Amino acid sequence: MSDEARDIVGDYRFGFHDEDNSIIRFDNGLSEQVVRDISAIKNEPEWMTDIRVKAYHHFVEREMPKWGNPGILNDIDFEAITYFLRSTDSTQGDWKDVPEDIQNTFDKVGLREAENTWLGGITAQYDSEAVYHSIREDLESQGVIFLDMDSGLREHPELVKKYFGKVVPHSDNKFAALNTAVWSGGSFLYIPKGVHVEMPVQAYFRINAENMGQFERTLILADEGSSVHYIEGCTAPSYTSTALHSAVVELIAMDGAKIRYSTIQNWSNNVLNLVTKRAHAMKNSTVEWIDSNIGSGLTMKYPAILLRGEGAHAEVVSVAYAGENQHQDTGAKVHHLAANTTSNIVSKSISKDGGRSTYRGLLQVTPKAHNCRSKIVCDALILDEDSRSDTYPTMEIGNSSADLEHEASVSKVSGDQLFYLMSRGFNEQEAMGLIVNGFFEPFTRELPSDYAVEMNKLLNIKMEGSIG
Amino acid sequence: MAEEILNISNLHVSVEGTEIIKGLSLTINKGEVHALMGRNGSGKSTLANALMGHPAYSIDSGEITYNGQPIEELEVFERARAGMFLSFQYPSVLPGVKVGTFLKKSIEAVRGEPVKQREFRNQLKAAMQLLDMDRTFLSRYVNDGFSGGEKKRLEILQLVLLQPRLAMLDETDSGLDIDALKIVSKGINQVVPHAGCLVITHYQRLLEHVKADYVHVLIDGKIVKSGGPDLAHKLEEKGYDWLEVKNEV
Repeated sequence: MSDEARDIVGDYRFGFHDEDNSIIRFDNGLSEQVVRDISAIKNEPEWMTDIRVKAYHHFVEREMPKWGNPGILNDIDFEAITYFLRSTDSTQGDWKDVPEDIQNTFDKVGLREAENTWLGGITAQYDSEAVYHSIREDLESQGVIFLDMDSGLREHPELVKKYFGKVVPHSDNKFAALNTAVWSGGSFLYIPKGVHVEMPVQAYFRINAENMGQFERTLILADEGSSVHYIEGCTAPSYTSTALHSAVVELIAMDGAKIRYSTIQNWSNNVLNLVTKRAHAMKNSTVEWIDSNIGSGLTMKYPAILLRGEGAHAEVVSVAYAGENQHQDTGAKVHHLAANTTSNIVSKSISKDGGRSTYRGLLQVTPKAHNCRSKIVCDALILDEDSRSDTYPTMEIGNSSADLEHEASVSKVSGDQLFYLMSRGFNEQEAMGLIVNGFFEPFTRELPSDYAVEMNKLLNIKMEGSIG
Repeated sequence: MAEEILNISNLHVSVEGTEIIKGLSLTINKGEVHALMGRNGSGKSTLANALMGHPAYSIDSGEITYNGQPIEELEVFERARAGMFLSFQYPSVLPGVKVGTFLKKSIEAVRGEPVKQREFRNQLKAAMQLLDMDRTFLSRYVNDGFSGGEKKRLEILQLVLLQPRLAMLDETDSGLDIDALKIVSKGINQVVPHAGCLVITHYQRLLEHVKADYVHVLIDGKIVKSGGPDLAHKLEEKGYDWLEVKNEV
């Protein structure tokens, strides 16, 4: 690796890239024609083309958000982004049929090992589209549908048409409009009534090309009484120019269903991660967002849950790490729209080396939602004087029977803690690593153990050279 | 022949510009238990923290050698890796860090090599039995929500597992009921034959269970009197006043 490359990559282990061997790569820039071309190249039904075009016009007209990080948002050059790149002519079911450098990449990020040991199925997306897909036969025979979104639209158009954009309409925000216009890839997952998917299924999103825009679209439907754990991971090469990742994720948990959606976001710092994630939770269902944001230059993401049915439960556990040149503007939104619904939000952030973390949360209880309970805990750990943490909690409580708890704390690592740990043989970096691993433990304990170990290692690397 | 572990000669220590230890000398050999007694504010904890290398405690003059080597240049973790151990009066809370994980990592850090899971499990089991500790301890977070007694027990568990050459126990007996005191003493006594031991305490009661070879009385940063176990009894009867008066004469 050259010194220059090392400067860019720093302590980021996934900053490498393969040669761009794309078979189709659109010229940079966005227009109605680009949107139509994406739809045409995928042979989509006309209704989808229409949705895309409508969303494109909304995107053009829609103002940029004035919050989060307007400085960075207003600087995005949408003409400098590639909106579609195809790496292989089809999605493969056997790694042998995937180009070797792409195989190796998914090896290096650890996906193939996880596939072989404890996952029920995976989708590997490389730039715009899935290059590999697998699902265990026993899941398929139970009627579980797990596909990349493009295949989902081809093979199950009626389901997609019924639910696409119903949880996150294109008019929701500027980046939801952009995603709806140019979406490509993502996951389509349907769990039939009463089926419990024991092993997690995973999608991995890898950006490879420079100036790439990745706009995956995910739709998960858990039918009555079913349950599933879906995991997504993502990494990208380190470039000096900006890449844009703008996903939309829609979840629907029918009566009594349970969806857990875990994210390990570790983009390189040149990626802007502007994502809309939302779930509808019907009667007695549970939706859990287990969300981590370790990478990217700017993330703006607030996983949301609409508790639409009585007795539904929302759980959001999110952690963010903001290091040098990073702003993690994250949080959670929970809407109690029905009676006897409950929610639990835990948010943890670490700021270091001038990094900035922001918690932005919304809790809403509507007048007809009686006897709701909600607990919000927000903890920020600031590791040095240059770093920053802000909290913007909003509560709209329309029903006096609601039982609400809100705790927030901002802390620093104390000299006593460091002395104590060092007296037990840990050098400063190891001591800091233990403290931050402990701080994120409410998140990592929710992960499958292999990923929890990886997450702790990742944080330990982030603590290297942290003490002057 | 006695094997010297710690030698302190004419030590002066200050905290934020205030001198606390004002010329203290002490030698501890392997297998010896030295009790350091004194009132609050006499400098007992300051000595322990300074020996362990706490950055807020500055050594203004005097010398400390450990195993015959000066330790001034060693950082806190290097002292720990060299076999020095301090049982804290007020150990820190480490939210989210499980006791089991912490103990294993600590042993590995001190030894400088990975420890086999099986070996660790066996050592841990024996030590926890000795200290009458429940296995549920291991999945709790370090000192998080612990009672005073539980904290002290965890300190002594670390003492037993880390097998130090120099064990410094800062007010380990405070806040313990008589049963806990006996249990904690079992842990200390297991370590004593292999280590030099500095026991800092207010009271004589720990010394009923841990046999001190020497008792030192610290008043205003100096050892004003040293003696055998009898001295502790005498202090219990008479308090510190008789020594203070003598000191002034």
